[in-house]
Amino acid sequence: MRERKTLTFLLMDPPYESARTTTAFRVLQVAAQRGYDIKVFAYEGAVALSFAQQTAHANAVHGRDAETEHHPLPKDWIAALMRDATANGGRIDWVNCGLCVDERGVGAAIEGVRRGSPADFWKLATDSDNTLVIPTRG
Amino acid sequence: MKALQIIETAYRATIEEQDDTVVWFTHAMRGAGAELAVVLRAGAVNYALPGQDASGLAFGDWRQTQPPRIAGDVAALLGRGVPVYVVTEDLRIRGLAEAPLVDGVKCISEEQLHKLVEEYDHVWSW
Repeated sequence: MRERKTLTFLLMDPPYESARTTTAFRVLQVAAQRGYDIKVFAYEGAVALSFAQQTAHANAVHGRDAETEHHPLPKDWIAALMRDATANGGRIDWVNCGLCVDERGVGAAIEGVRRGSPADFWKLATDSDNTLVIPTRG
Repeated sequence: MKALQIIETAYRATIEEQDDTVVWFTHAMRGAGAELAVVLRAGAVNYALPGQDASGLAFGDWRQTQPPRIAGDVAALLGRGVPVYVVTEDLRIRGLAEAPLVDGVKCISEEQLHKLVEEYDHVWSW
């Protein structure tokens, strides 16, 4: 039986600003499919990734309405990853930096997301097999 | 567990945050008992220079009364037992080789940095 790894990720980029976010989610997807115990600490703009009030929009340039456009919402990616992790015997513990949430007014997070602090990140990292920090650049 | 924080992206929203977000994060983790050290490299070597003044921001009748004081925050890290290193080559190429540094900041070469990372369980590059 394969050992279940525990991995911690720190994300920092806000939604819709950097391809790093999509890449990070691809990495999370692999970990979820392997049934790993995944911890995510969302810092700074990344706390908006789980904001529940994200809304898909139409795209006139594409000539498509909102339904047909199927605009990606990071909150839906997170929810899907959480379901995927659970289906594979793992789980995702998603922690938003509370102060970062407050200063951005994005307290309405999707179910399964909790508030925390850098102290929580340290605890998550301490309890993990490895930790990857993916900061904002430039 | 020991972690090395390598900061190379500098002045990332420091006016809005009133902090460097990684220096602040390091302070907060240290407050929770974390064993940490900080390396300032690339543009972040400037954080080790005292005498910076980011005050004076104003929009209309709004005034920012508390600007970031990053060199002071670096000094405070040292005061809390967090070693702070600055990479010599990155100082030199910016014309800062002879610049005064915050008391207690240690200069290391790139080669010494390579050895330093081996002393830590985690290396987080920001």
